[in-house]
Amino acid sequence: METQVLEHEAPQVTGGVGFEPTIVAFVCNWCTYTAADLAGTSRMIQQPNLRLIRMMCTGMVDPKYILKTLLSGADGVLVSGCHPGDCHYINGNYKARRRVKLLGDILTQFGVDPRRLKLTWVGASEGNEFAETVNTMIDDIRALGPMEARSLKVL
Amino acid sequence: MATTARIETKDRGPVVGMQEFLAQLLADEEIGAVLVPMHLQQGGTPMPTLVTDPAELAQADPLAPAFPLNGARMVGRLTHGRPGEKIAAVMRPCEVRAFIELVKLNQGSMDELVIIGVDCLGAYKNSDYFALLGEDDPIQTTLAFLGKTGGTKATARNGYDIARACRVCEFPVAEGADIQVGLFGVNFDDGLPVAAYSVRGEALLSRLGLAEMEPLASREQALREAVATRTALRDAVFKEVSAKTGSLKGLSQHLAGCVNCYNCRTACPVCYCKECVFLTDVFDHKPWQYMSWAKQRGMLKLPSDTVFFHLTRMAHMSTACVGCGQCSNACPNGIEVMELFRTVAAKTQAGFDYEPGRSLDEPPPLSVFHKNEFPEVAPVE
Repeated sequence: METQVLEHEAPQVTGGVGFEPTIVAFVCNWCTYTAADLAGTSRMIQQPNLRLIRMMCTGMVDPKYILKTLLSGADGVLVSGCHPGDCHYINGNYKARRRVKLLGDILTQFGVDPRRLKLTWVGASEGNEFAETVNTMIDDIRALGPMEARSLKVL
Repeated sequence: MATTARIETKDRGPVVGMQEFLAQLLADEEIGAVLVPMHLQQGGTPMPTLVTDPAELAQADPLAPAFPLNGARMVGRLTHGRPGEKIAAVMRPCEVRAFIELVKLNQGSMDELVIIGVDCLGAYKNSDYFALLGEDDPIQTTLAFLGKTGGTKATARNGYDIARACRVCEFPVAEGADIQVGLFGVNFDDGLPVAAYSVRGEALLSRLGLAEMEPLASREQALREAVATRTALRDAVFKEVSAKTGSLKGLSQHLAGCVNCYNCRTACPVCYCKECVFLTDVFDHKPWQYMSWAKQRGMLKLPSDTVFFHLTRMAHMSTACVGCGQCSNACPNGIEVMELFRTVAAKTQAGFDYEPGRSLDEPPPLSVFHKNEFPEVAPVE
């Protein structure tokens, strides 16, 4: 019964050959979300492993969101916002950088590969850049295999 | 360098010597009250007590090897807003450092406060202190713990040792205090060295008119040795915890006894949120949500979000963790919380080159940012 549920809900959990990662991206409304839109309308090839969550600013990506995501079955988290100096709210992306830095220090202490949490700057006009960032990260995480939290029953 | 004065202990012992020193402070026109741990009930633990009448000081015991709570939060309450008069607060080094963090977060103020920092020989965890104390007189228990010379007596007694947090603490001196009282390497018959390290401390101390004394070389020596021993033990703890919790499974295992009581958070002096998010509607999940989580993995431990809670707390307070060990003291199930949090804190504090309690001028790492920093996280342009 248990395995049936697992197979049904999370077919990729076993990893190895055929593992398809799930990546959650917190992207800012003003830059990266627009870039994602552009990448889509420009029909750039992107692998379908990404789940986008639009935020008003990377500065409002609470560390809790990232922790919860990684503990709840995501194999990687991408945080992406405006280039330094371009933040719609002046400095949210700099704050995000400190938070991602902090989380990286904490998570690696518990064996989480640092590549599973990525911060990038992708401007509104950089559809290319967005598709490339996404495809590279998906390839990296696919090679890394599934996040440990997926296989843990007690968290 | 500040002049060193002497708190007389001859024929009275260090505890009564300290009580008299506090009475002298109270007699000073500038000081309205002293905050000092005091034995209040038989079989209890010395609680921080705000004393305005020197006649009440007979049960004051600033040297007791008991540490029921980190007093930084209490001093924050007494100084956030204007007390109207100066308070002299007797604090341990970890309380001073935690308080400095709270001041930076605007949850306390140095304005009307004089911090009397006392060298810290460590303290037993609450349950051990009660067991050690038994029916004995608490001040006699303190004197037996202190011995003849500070820091030379073995801290293990009747099978109980001081809390592990204290054994691995490399901060035995209250660096941020206005006035420091020395215990390490001090022969308690010869008086306690007391010196001022701030302008207000200097002014206050000079008004008391205590006899001067030479700074003790034996104190420096004893402190060096204590710091070396404690640092070595600390590093061994870091190694042990890192080995055990090198994976999320290991972390979950480390927290196996956790029942989400959140005592560690309540006891933590630098868990600064006025309302913890884990008590808000954010975590007031609906039944269907629990069902959905259970179906995802085939089962769901309740209460849920244990690892999530501890990771979030690390994200919130690890850069400010002073290692006081009250989290472990408060844990009903003996989880090695202090060991875990100090290990993570060592890493996050190094990551931001930050040491909590070191200076009022260093802003908490998550309250500031710079344009060009951490290129390994995201490229600097």
